[in-house]
Amino acid sequence: MSQTKREMLLDPLVDNNPITLQVLGVCSALAVTSSLQVAFVMTLAVTFVTAFASMFISILRNQIPGSIRIIVQMVIIASLVILVDQVLKAYAFEISKTLSVFVGLIITNCIVMGRAEAFAMKNPPVASFIDGIGNGLGYGLILMLVGVIRELFGSGSLFGITILETVNNGGWYVPNGLLLLPPSAFFVIGLLIWGFRTWKPNQVEEREYKIQSVEAH
Amino acid sequence: MEGLISLAVKAIFVENLALSFFLGMCTFLAVSKKISTALGLGISVMVVQAITVPANNLLLTYLLKPGALAWAGFPDVDLTFLGLISYIGVIAAMVQILEMILDKYFPPLYNALGIFLPLITVNCAILGGSLFMVERDYNFAEATTYGLSSGFGWALAITAMAGVREKLKYSDVPDGLQGLGITFITAGLMAMAFMSFSGVKL
Repeated sequence: MSQTKREMLLDPLVDNNPITLQVLGVCSALAVTSSLQVAFVMTLAVTFVTAFASMFISILRNQIPGSIRIIVQMVIIASLVILVDQVLKAYAFEISKTLSVFVGLIITNCIVMGRAEAFAMKNPPVASFIDGIGNGLGYGLILMLVGVIRELFGSGSLFGITILETVNNGGWYVPNGLLLLPPSAFFVIGLLIWGFRTWKPNQVEEREYKIQSVEAH
Repeated sequence: MEGLISLAVKAIFVENLALSFFLGMCTFLAVSKKISTALGLGISVMVVQAITVPANNLLLTYLLKPGALAWAGFPDVDLTFLGLISYIGVIAAMVQILEMILDKYFPPLYNALGIFLPLITVNCAILGGSLFMVERDYNFAEATTYGLSSGFGWALAITAMAGVREKLKYSDVPDGLQGLGITFITAGLMAMAFMSFSGVKL
């Protein structure tokens, strides 16, 4: 095996992050990040589903016929998601209301399918499980970063606990309402990607058109 | 009827699936480099959405809801927990059937849209549309309107995005922001523009 288990777990965090580099699973990443608590629950849910889906698919990988593999993967993923959905409804009803359709949408989250297809179909169960956890955490890292920025500056709190006392409650901080609205998620992720790629220049995409400086006449 | 029109306007602009719920983002970012492909994908999403949302609505009303199986003699059965897996099954099946019908009867259309159809099964916008329909308790007429108009909204967003990106590739973007980064920021600006419709009431 070319990668050690440690690399498998840590590689997706920065060097091969599913969101900033592979553009997978951004759908839900943007929608659930306006408060940190919700982002945290979502991270747990996605990590759980990715890890176990990868493991089960990897166990079955020699039995699954190639032509119907997508359907088989879908069924495994959907069953796990139903499990998560029911647990959330039973023990964390408020949060499951806030997450609304996004728990169900883990089924179509490209990270889960992407890892199943790219990794679990070719590797043994334990390695696939670790790869699933690693990718879930890489996804969670971005989710939490965006969540911290949006909740801290959008409503002055973290996990619902007030950090910056807002003007409405007699404090000094004027919250930036834009950060609670959908467009801000695009900006924050765009800027995060910029930051990541300045830090790791090998992730920069090639320009389609080179701009050449023209001598002034 | 007025209710349906206002539902449609809301689904197209204010609650645009791509820009305010971020659904179908993966494909939205990956396939929005050229207007012609973006338009093809947009139309396919619209067609599939307009078929699957009402189909899932029927499935919910006649099979899954508590008491929905009364016609079969099981008035106490509640199958809503099977919802997710049945919706995705319906979507996968519909996409497959649509692909076969297009292939058989409308080959030119199949050649234009064919490559996008398999992509659509795993597009969150499609499943999201069905889940929103369930959550908001739409009836059949509302579900049909919602399916058609939310698909149209998604198509509009991706086509507009492709238009912006076709021009954007000639501009001088900082290295780290190249490609994905600037696309996100553009999408953010577009989302702000779409949100300005939120005051519109019909």
